[in-house]
Amino acid sequence: MRKRFVSVWFRHLTTDWLLRRQPELKNLPIVIVTKDHGRMMVTAANALAQKQGVDTTIALADARAFIPNLQYFDEEPERAARLLAGLAEWCIRYTPIVAIDLPDGLLLDVTGCPHLWGSEQAYLADITKRLNNFGYHTSCAMADTVGTAWAVARYGSNHLIIETGNQFTALLTLPPAALRLQATTTERLEKLGLRQIQHFINMQRTALRRRFGKELLQRLNQALGFEEENIEPVIPLVLYQERLHCLEPIVSATGIEIALQRLLDTLCNRFLKEEKGLRKALLKCLRVDGKINTIVIGTNRPSSNSKHLFKLFEDKIASIEPALGIELFILEAPIVEELSPVQEKLFQGNAGLNDTGLAELLDRIGGKLGSHHIHRYVPAEHYWPERSFKQAATLHEETGTGWKVEKPRPLQILSKPEPIDVTAPVPDYPPMNFRYKGKLHSIAKADGPERIEQEWWLQQGQHRDYYYVEDTEGHRYWLFRSGHYDMAKSYQWFIHGFFA
Amino acid sequence: MVFLLKYLVILPQTKYQSLSMNPTKAAIFAKLQKEILSLQDIKKSVNNNAIDTTIGPLKNSFPGNTFPVGAIHEFIAAGREDAASTTGFIASILAPLMQHAGAVIWIGSVHSVFPPALKLFGLVPDKIIFINLQKETAMLWAMEEALKCEGLAAVIGEIKELSFTASRRLQLAVEQSRVTGFIIRNNPRTINTTACVTRWKITALSSEMEDGLPGVGFPRWNVDLLKVRNGNPGKWQIEFKAGSFRYIYKTTVIPQQLHQKTG
Repeated sequence: MRKRFVSVWFRHLTTDWLLRRQPELKNLPIVIVTKDHGRMMVTAANALAQKQGVDTTIALADARAFIPNLQYFDEEPERAARLLAGLAEWCIRYTPIVAIDLPDGLLLDVTGCPHLWGSEQAYLADITKRLNNFGYHTSCAMADTVGTAWAVARYGSNHLIIETGNQFTALLTLPPAALRLQATTTERLEKLGLRQIQHFINMQRTALRRRFGKELLQRLNQALGFEEENIEPVIPLVLYQERLHCLEPIVSATGIEIALQRLLDTLCNRFLKEEKGLRKALLKCLRVDGKINTIVIGTNRPSSNSKHLFKLFEDKIASIEPALGIELFILEAPIVEELSPVQEKLFQGNAGLNDTGLAELLDRIGGKLGSHHIHRYVPAEHYWPERSFKQAATLHEETGTGWKVEKPRPLQILSKPEPIDVTAPVPDYPPMNFRYKGKLHSIAKADGPERIEQEWWLQQGQHRDYYYVEDTEGHRYWLFRSGHYDMAKSYQWFIHGFFA
Repeated sequence: MVFLLKYLVILPQTKYQSLSMNPTKAAIFAKLQKEILSLQDIKKSVNNNAIDTTIGPLKNSFPGNTFPVGAIHEFIAAGREDAASTTGFIASILAPLMQHAGAVIWIGSVHSVFPPALKLFGLVPDKIIFINLQKETAMLWAMEEALKCEGLAAVIGEIKELSFTASRRLQLAVEQSRVTGFIIRNNPRTINTTACVTRWKITALSSEMEDGLPGVGFPRWNVDLLKVRNGNPGKWQIEFKAGSFRYIYKTTVIPQQLHQKTG
C-alpha cells in the first residue's frame, strides 16, 4: 500500500495560542519577542501584525516605530514544543502515528485512515476545520511523501491534496526552501537564479551534488519518494491496539459497554489466532473536548477471554466521565504473553493454582477490591515463627524448601505476641497458670520447652522458649518466655498462638 | 414439596425399620430413598469417600450417609480458642477435599491462620489463597464470587454476621458449582436462621496421652452438629489422629436413683 502523509503547518502557533487564552487581544497586532544581542527581536507575529509589515527577524523597536499599537509578549522557551505535543496527542483521533515537526508543524502518517471519513478531501477538511475552530491558523496538505506534504502545506497555493505519484509535478513551481534545506543552500540557489524547483530538478545529479552537497539530493529524493523517510510518533506504537470511531459522541454507560464489547471481541479474536493472551489492557476514551479518560485492568494469567476481560472493565466503567461525549475508543494491550489454547483446556476444572477460573476470579477480586488484599504464602528457610513463611509474589511462585512439620505449631497465631502474667515453678518448667485478657487459665498439661534462637544476622534480641500448654478447660495455647530465667528478671512471658 | 420428601425419607427409617419387611419392600424403599436423594441434589463426588473415611462415625448423620459437598456449612464459635478448634476441624475435612489438586480460598478480616500449621493437618498451605477484607459486604461478595468458581476445592469465610438472604445467595451459588463452603462465625450477635445445610459448634476438649503419659496429646473436640438438613443432628466427642476422626470412649458413671420416693 502506498503511504500517505499529512503535514500540518501552524502559521502563527504561539500567537494563536495567546489569542486563545486572551480573546480580548483579537483585533490587535501581536508579536512575541526575545532578547538577542542586547536587542529585542521579534520571533513570531500574528496575521494582523504580519499584514502591517512586521516579520520575524525584525527588531521590536523598528516594529513599534511603524505600528504604534503593537502588543508584545516575551517568548517562553519550549512553549512551541509543548503546544505541539498537546496538539499531536489530540490528533491521535485521526491516526495512531503522529509526529512533531519542530518548530511549527505536525506530521501524520495517515495510511489507510482517510477512507473512514469518506474521502481524503473530507478527512483533510475535517482536520483543518477543527483546528481552525480552536483558533489556530493552519494549512494542511496530503501527499505520498513527508517531503512533498511539508512543501505543499507551506508553499503550495490551493491544491493541497497531491494524488498518488504526482509529487514531481506538485513540486515544480515551489521555491527551493520547500525542500527543507539549510539556509546557506537556499541562499546559494537563490543567488544562482534557481528560484523554483523546476529550474534544477532535471539537472544532472552529479552536478547538483558537486555544487550543493549531498543534502539537496537527499531532500529531493525524499520529497519524490525515492528515499524512505521515517517519522517518530509521539506515542510509541502499541502492537496490540484496536480503535473504534463513533459517528455520534457517546455519553451513556450502555454505549461505552457496547463499544468495549466490540473492541474486546476483535482483539480477542486476534489473540486466539496468534495464540496469545493479554496481561494488561487499557481503554482510552477520547472525548470531544480533547481530554482522555483511561481505565486499566490487569490479569494474573494471560487471557484472551473477552467475557472475562469485559467483566474486569465493567467495574471501572463508572469511573469514566464522558462529559460532552466520547468520539473515539482505543483498546490497547501493552503486556501480551504466549497462551496456548490447548493448555487452556488442560487448565480448566481441577487444576489447582493453574485453573483458569481461579485466575479469573482473583482478577475480578483484585480489580474490584484491590490486589493487595490477596495473599498466598510459601515456606521460608527460617525457624523464627514470624519469618517461617513469606508472601508469594505470583500465583505460581514456589520455593525450594518444604514446610517444616517436625514440631507442633498453632493453627491460629497472633500477629504480635501479647504479654501475659505467669506463675511458673522451677526454671525451665512450664508455667502453672497464666492470666490472659483478665482470665486466669490453670495449666493441666504442657509440652516443651522448644528453644528458638534469634537469627542474629537479621535481628538482635533474646531467644524464645516455647511451651505447648493445655488448660483445665481443654483450650490449647502456645506460650513462650523470652530470655533466660535470671535474678534480674529480664525475661517476659508471652502468648503467641492457639492450637486447634 | 420439600416437606413431603422429608417425610418420605424419615418414614422408612423410623416407623417401618423395626418391622420385619419383606425383601421386595425393602428394595423399593431403598430405591425410593435413592431417588429422593437425587431430587434433593445430593450427589456423591470423587472427594466424598475420602471425606467419609476422615469423618468416620459422623457420616451417618448426613443424608445418604455421606458428607454433603457442594453445600454451605456454618460454624458457630465463641472466642479465639473455639475459633482455633473450629479451624482445626475444618482443616481436617479440607485435607481430603484438596486431594484432587483443587485450590482453596480463605476469606477473613485479618490474617490469623499460621500457614505452616496447616501442613500438620495434611493440607498444602501454598495452595490456599488468603483474602483479607474489612467490609462484610465485600467479604460476602468475594465469597459468593469464589463459590461460583468451579475449579476450587473449598471456600472458607470468616464472616461474623450472616443474614438469611446472604446465606441463601451463597447456598444457591454452590448448588451450581458444587464447591464446598465453610463459614466461621466467631461471636455472632445473633444466631439467626440461615439457609446453610449444616450448623456446627466445635469446642476444645482436654486431650489425653496414651497410657497416661505427661504432655499434650492429639487434638480433641466436642463436635456439636446443631442442625443438618434432612439428617440427624448429633453430638460427639472425637479425637483427630493420623488424618481421621475417632470416637472417644469414656466410661461414664450414670448416677442411679437409689431411693424410691414414697408419698
